[in-house]
Amino acid sequence: MIQLAGVGKTYRTRHGEVVRAVEDVSLEVKEKEFVSLVGPSGCGKSTLLKLVAGLAPATRGAVRVRGQEVREPFPDVGFVFQNAVLLPWRSVLDNVLFSIEMLGLPREAHRARAMDLIALAGLAGFERKYPWELSGGMQQRVAICRALVHDPSLLLMDEPFGALDAMTREEMGLELLRIWEERRKTILFVTHSISEAVLLSDRVVVMSPRPGRLARVLEIALPRPRTAAMEFDRRFLDYAGEIKELIFARRA
Amino acid sequence: MLAALERRARPLLLPVGVLAGALVAWEVVWRLFDVPRFVVPLPSGILLEAWQWRAYLLTHSWVTLYETLAGFALSIAVGTPLAVTIVYSPVLRSAVYPLLVVTQAVPKVAIAPVLLLLLGAGEVSKVVVAFLVAFFPIVVDTATGLAATPPELLDLSRSYRASALKTFVKVRFPMALPFFFSGLKVAVTLAVIGAVVGEFVGSDKGLGYVIVSATSYWKSNLAFGAMLLLAVMAIGLFALVELVERLVCPWYAFAREHADAPAE
Repeated sequence: MIQLAGVGKTYRTRHGEVVRAVEDVSLEVKEKEFVSLVGPSGCGKSTLLKLVAGLAPATRGAVRVRGQEVREPFPDVGFVFQNAVLLPWRSVLDNVLFSIEMLGLPREAHRARAMDLIALAGLAGFERKYPWELSGGMQQRVAICRALVHDPSLLLMDEPFGALDAMTREEMGLELLRIWEERRKTILFVTHSISEAVLLSDRVVVMSPRPGRLARVLEIALPRPRTAAMEFDRRFLDYAGEIKELIFARRA
Repeated sequence: MLAALERRARPLLLPVGVLAGALVAWEVVWRLFDVPRFVVPLPSGILLEAWQWRAYLLTHSWVTLYETLAGFALSIAVGTPLAVTIVYSPVLRSAVYPLLVVTQAVPKVAIAPVLLLLLGAGEVSKVVVAFLVAFFPIVVDTATGLAATPPELLDLSRSYRASALKTFVKVRFPMALPFFFSGLKVAVTLAVIGAVVGEFVGSDKGLGYVIVSATSYWKSNLAFGAMLLLAVMAIGLFALVELVERLVCPWYAFAREHADAPAE
């Protein structure tokens, strides 16, 4: 589905300094796979998402999605950010349909789909509410619906639960898996949280600090569906320990 | 319902009480010390005089009001597109912005006589002075609002390949509305000042003219009455803009009132 071959990204700051955000990243993500990117701040995780989405051009190497080289943004992706960034003047339903409008697709034809997604996300009955009437977790659910309403094959998530409190965060992760079981997508998921990455992913990509490189790719062989109880599983703890070591060993 | 009304009225109670107390003190102290009335008149005298001259005052209020509104409307019509230009075109920003700052650096009171010379002593010159004072906050605040669009929403629009116009209409401008309205609130009170400054410099109509002519005849009661009307006008216009803001962006008013509640 996604192929990164020797991808590098350099950019120039306002003061003319050259910053190497990511360097020599090669990675292949399979169709319907859930892959997390973890690493310390500033290791270029978010930059990688932008490269895959075509929002920024790679300086070196090639980014391919479905064999096609990515040169510009393409609408077959859904984005979820750390903040829900909903439009406060739109109701929940209208926020979900925002994607449809921006894509220039007919609103009415997608209405039923939007309602289904809202129900799937556990927000049935909230369609007419406004973002400021919802909790942070509920707002993020709306943002997930907005990212899925046009049925993209690729979902890019940039620390989507990073602004939520720890309890809501864990609940949202499992909620995301439940939605994902129903609407299988290829997910590229950026996070700071090691346990979140292990709990959710098929594979975890550990990145080293700037310039971001792949330190290691771990296959997470835990059975699905995943549950919160798995966090006490021996294997879970081993994975988490291994990732922690990879990240902190380099710092020392 | 009554309780809700009471809750809304409560914050007004204290300032209104202080004002009433100050007026009574003013009246009492002036009577006790027998301050000359033509220097500073008594509140009761002002109200009485204003009532006697009500038709005259209303005619002139109307002139100042429409000069203000015309200047305000012009400042919206010019200021908003200017703000958009500044945000969207770096070239035009570097070309136009310094000039805007220059227009603001020259004191309006100093421009007013020149404008009168150019445009005549009629209403047009007052409208232009009101406009010159009022448009700057609209430009600055709207531009700030447009530049403050969350970058995530811009990325989202870009990934959906939405046109710049669509992104502007559906995201950037509505997102900037609270900033736009805070510019309008400053602008509308400034527009009143602009109109009055224009009238001071030379006119035979409007509350500014009433103040100048009344003071030159030592009719300080009437001058104070005109000042009172100007204050009422400015407060009324401010409240009107705030009302429109509440209707247009209810989410923003909500966020301000529930600062601890979730809000964008």
